[in-house]
Amino acid sequence: MAEYMLETKNLGISFGGLKAVQELNLKIKKKELYGLVGPNGAGKTTVFNIITGVYKPTTGTFLLDGEELKGKKEEVINHKGIARTFQNIRLFNNMSVIRNVMVGLHNQPEFRCDPFTSMFRLPKHFSSEKEMREKAKEILRIFNLEEERNNLACNLPYGKQRKLEIARALATNPKLLLLDEPAAGMNPSETQELMDTIRFVRDEFDMTILLIEHDMKLVSGICEEVTVLNFGQELAQGKTSDVLNNPEVIKAYLGD
Amino acid sequence: MVTLLDGLSLGAIYALIALGYTMVYGIAKMLNFAHGDVIMVGAYAIFTVFSITGNPVIAFIVSIILCVVLGIVIEKLAYKPLRTASPLAVLITAIGVSNLLQGLAQLIFGTEPKSVIILNKLGSVEIADGIILNISTIVTLVLSAIIMIVLTLFIKKTKTGRAMLAVSEDKGAAQLMGVNVNKIIMITFAIGSALAAFASLFYLIKIPVSPSFGALPGIKAFAAAVIGGIGSIPGAMVGGILLGLVENICLSIDVIAPYTTSIEFGLLILILLVKPTGILGKKIREKV
Repeated sequence: MAEYMLETKNLGISFGGLKAVQELNLKIKKKELYGLVGPNGAGKTTVFNIITGVYKPTTGTFLLDGEELKGKKEEVINHKGIARTFQNIRLFNNMSVIRNVMVGLHNQPEFRCDPFTSMFRLPKHFSSEKEMREKAKEILRIFNLEEERNNLACNLPYGKQRKLEIARALATNPKLLLLDEPAAGMNPSETQELMDTIRFVRDEFDMTILLIEHDMKLVSGICEEVTVLNFGQELAQGKTSDVLNNPEVIKAYLGD
Repeated sequence: MVTLLDGLSLGAIYALIALGYTMVYGIAKMLNFAHGDVIMVGAYAIFTVFSITGNPVIAFIVSIILCVVLGIVIEKLAYKPLRTASPLAVLITAIGVSNLLQGLAQLIFGTEPKSVIILNKLGSVEIADGIILNISTIVTLVLSAIIMIVLTLFIKKTKTGRAMLAVSEDKGAAQLMGVNVNKIIMITFAIGSALAAFASLFYLIKIPVSPSFGALPGIKAFAAAVIGGIGSIPGAMVGGILLGLVENICLSIDVIAPYTTSIEFGLLILILLVKPTGILGKKIREKV
């Protein structure tokens, strides 16, 4: 077992001449709630895109629980244990809430069922579908979405769509959960509820969570450690309260 | 009555082919213009195996397997390398594959039409006074209905079907949720080609096989898919059946029979004018 759940070593990516992320060294311990903050355009979402396999890094590498995942495909990285949500919600809008979660369960080994078994509706198909449905309900219950399970995802209110994205990501049974601005567009009471949910997920599933957020109240409220990015470079790293009071960081956010 | 039932069975054939177009379009976002020629290959497979073994069941099974393999091979060799290319490049490749298959068929079998008599042998029944129906029409109808029900259940109720829906909604998000997109696209092509094999069996009742066997039903089924709303599975069924009915009704009226094809494609234009996304197509909402 590795010491860190996620470790990035000199991770960097450039698009043409633009160095979007450079020499990023994240060390995230197991069960940690870790924040990634920085002004707009600092490269935070790019970091997420690298560690979920959407972009291939130009330099450096990253390890999940000691295993190098650089260069692997998106779905393989997801199987290995990294799941994410999106800054702009990307649910399967025309599918019901519960089906969204069931897509997340798609690759869980206990629900393996080849297309042939399904096509000819063998008994295994029905038992596996039923188990999946139960499991999906269980996950929805955590997020108080069970009542809405048969609604279309696009008809959910915004706050609930955000929650459903987290539920869908959790269904893929990750070791590391990446949340891209989970509180964006939420009102203060929704944000408060979200903070409780994130903490609950961490405790209940022993989850390691890395989140990008602009809402400093949320970051200081739940993150134990943070890294600040500015123009693709690491500006500061450490305990949340120390970092957020660091004059350099304040300068990056507010200017001189 | 007979005209309507014959129309329904022709419509069912179009619907089966249209399903192949619409599923591939929905999931891989491409128009597989070689789909019609897969039907032609399936028909030649039935013809060849049937004339060697004399056994229609074996001939049909071989044809299904060949079509599925062909569908997967076409996808892997011709379309997969172009997954990130522009839609036009994929489109022209599809037309190229279509020409290639037709050319190969000409090379192997020549241009003469070859007829196969399998289902026609079943004869006909008199269901009521003076109404005589070919059994092959009934078989076509019943089998197509079963296939469409199974397919709908498969998409709605199974894991793979759900993954297909997810991929058609948002390929990137599906992949990040652990869905193997390449595998799903492969399965889609396999299913579409298997449906094409059924269509080739049914269509063989109507006309003999030649290298351009698949061209006309292919283009009509494509029109049917567009009429129904391309990307929509029930849409393809509705569009196919509608087109088949229109075709047979037109053919049964002597005065307008020569204009049948024009009327069919006129219908396509008319429907697109009234409802540009097709009968069951999704509305595309514009966001400001």
